[in-house]
Amino acid sequence: MTDQTGLSGLVDRAALVTPPVVARRMRGLSERAIAWLFITPTMLLLLAINIFPLIWTIRLSFTNYRANRPNATMLDVGLANYQSILTDPDVWAAMTVTARFVFWSILIQTVLGFTLAWLIDKKFRSHGLWTTLILLPMMLSPAVVGNFWTFLYQPQIGLFNYVIAAVTGAPASSFQMLAQVQLAPWAIVIVDTWMWTPYVMLICLAGLRSIPDYIYEAAEVDRASPWRQFWSITLPMALPFIMLAVLFRGIENFKMFDMVNLLTGGGPGSTTEVASITLKREAFEKWRTGYSSAFAIILFVTVFGLANIYVKALNRVKSR
Amino acid sequence: MKLLQTFALTAVVAAATALGASAPARAEGKTITLCWAAWDPANALVELSKDFTAKTGVNMKFEFVPWPNFADRMLNELNSKGKLCDLMIGDSQWIGGAAENGQYVKLNEFFDKEGIKISDFMPATVAGYAEWPKGSPNYWALPAMGDANGWTYRKDWFSRPEIREEFKKKFGRELDVPKTQAELKDIAEFFQKRVIDGKTVYGAAIFTERGSEGITMGVTNALYPFGFKYQNPKKPYDMQGYVNSDDAVKGLEFYKALYQCCTPPGYSNGYMQEGLDAFKSGQVALQMNWFAFFPGLYKDPNVGGEKIGFFVNPAQKEKGSQLGGQGISVVAYSPNRAEALAYIKWFASLDTQKKWWALGGYSCHKGVLNDPNFKNTAPFAADFLVAMDQVVDFWAEPSYAQLLLAMQKRVHDYVVADQGTAKGALDGLIADWTKVFKEDGKL
Repeated sequence: MTDQTGLSGLVDRAALVTPPVVARRMRGLSERAIAWLFITPTMLLLLAINIFPLIWTIRLSFTNYRANRPNATMLDVGLANYQSILTDPDVWAAMTVTARFVFWSILIQTVLGFTLAWLIDKKFRSHGLWTTLILLPMMLSPAVVGNFWTFLYQPQIGLFNYVIAAVTGAPASSFQMLAQVQLAPWAIVIVDTWMWTPYVMLICLAGLRSIPDYIYEAAEVDRASPWRQFWSITLPMALPFIMLAVLFRGIENFKMFDMVNLLTGGGPGSTTEVASITLKREAFEKWRTGYSSAFAIILFVTVFGLANIYVKALNRVKSR
Repeated sequence: MKLLQTFALTAVVAAATALGASAPARAEGKTITLCWAAWDPANALVELSKDFTAKTGVNMKFEFVPWPNFADRMLNELNSKGKLCDLMIGDSQWIGGAAENGQYVKLNEFFDKEGIKISDFMPATVAGYAEWPKGSPNYWALPAMGDANGWTYRKDWFSRPEIREEFKKKFGRELDVPKTQAELKDIAEFFQKRVIDGKTVYGAAIFTERGSEGITMGVTNALYPFGFKYQNPKKPYDMQGYVNSDDAVKGLEFYKALYQCCTPPGYSNGYMQEGLDAFKSGQVALQMNWFAFFPGLYKDPNVGGEKIGFFVNPAQKEKGSQLGGQGISVVAYSPNRAEALAYIKWFASLDTQKKWWALGGYSCHKGVLNDPNFKNTAPFAADFLVAMDQVVDFWAEPSYAQLLLAMQKRVHDYVVADQGTAKGALDGLIADWTKVFKEDGKL
């Protein structure tokens, strides 16, 4: 029953009253017509912002169009752009870099995020304060984080090198996180992990808190060890949430641009050139609009396809 | 009588229109916008342009964008037919694209009508900043800011007796401005990780930036002296044996060796600003950078004045410096074309050009540069003249961005990421460039 008292009741009552002018105009309209009346603006907006650009991108992907040459004739090139992309070693190199980045960052973030959530869920003293502190990196803008870590990684004055030097005993300037081919990809994984592990933690925490206490109480009555409780109750019941976090982070990391652009710009060489950086170069630096449209479609289909397969697996886990 | 009145009115209107088109003598209240990069010379131009406003009554607005975003921002503006900029001081490489896409106003007729002689400007700057197609008398800009890649060095360190003595002992010659690329590397190596005044210093800040044009501008500064050519002078777009000649391979190997031996730690993505930072903070003995920054560096309280010296990019097999700089163009979509052209006319005059140089801009006018006293007007003036006499420019084709990014990738992969060989990188570059020229129908 609706609460009819106090402020919320007042708001509810006010909401139920249709202004007389509107009521007069709506009189005579069917429910379906009214529904259309409300939905149409949103649908038009959706069409204009999402659907039309998508259709236009698909159209352009079959042409040689270049946005910086508006006077040139736009020719249909069939599947040439797609063929060119799928046989371009640079594109495959970028996709490999992206896949590696997505794999390692998700793996580390999931393990750390779940562990942190599990610890926070224990509700130790001042756990609220710790939760807030852990969440702070997630609140920052990627631009700030990128610049901030560029300074931290600076081999001569950066704090990161000093910490590693203190631990390993090696000179602080002997390794260069952003300049060395072997280290640069890890430098990005570290920053992404620092920033987004709290997000994974939050989702996992929601999962852990959704497990009813009586299940643990029943397990204790059955004298199940904490280890057994973890494997048989905690992990399986939190798994759909963990998978959800992996899905969100996977999609985000596949599109990762800002952080990589700020930290390494794709370098050294092309070591950290993820697909989105390649796409940006093709679209807005080389101005190969048709080609980059095809590339964007390929990326979209890849993410959409993988996400669909994953969601099916997620639903199967949920229904168990 | 009525016919006479009509004739008179027509004449007045025609005269007013003609005046408006050629020079808005006092176009009070009008405002035009000039777009350029945000750097020291732009501030000098703001100061200089006050004279234009005083003379014509046309107010000036300026849209200056930091270098890392300059090309993206301004090319977006041109490609979207934006009306933000009436005047554009665009990079030399843009000329081909801007001319072919109708983004800049062709200035030939205007020059003829106003008596502006393009021959009054240094030939290298006309070819670099104004002409398209190259070598043809079609002008899309007026040379505005002459620039080339040069070097600064710590004159105070070079003059220390103990350092000079040690250098002479090691290399058998005086520690002085290098005359060859090889000597430059010797000096950089000599200073690398040397402790001066209790601080570890390094050899050289060179261009290694990956994202825009940085490493290409640096690498070409080494490639030209070693003998790199973009194409067969007798057969355009024929690059085999020129881009990847043995000399070009040596030049690229040299640049990688210089990067590996003599740059500060972590200097894998450095361009203009990073070089200035490294030099100003006393980290490096040598710095590669554009002449445009030299007036500001000379004024620097920590490393300027007597502490700084300048030199032209040294030769090896031959002479060569990477061309920088820009021309000033009227944007075709500008609604204030008459006022923008009036600015060009004013800017082209010798008096304005003299003041431009005095304020810190690099004039390209022969009347300024050929003045017998020019060499004495600044400590870097003589070197600037020499540099401008040996400049070479990157491709200015409409597809320059594709050509540039291909080179950025190939040379960064080899020099900084240490992948493959110099020959492989240059062979790959020819393959990339050939593909672009084929797409453009030039091959």
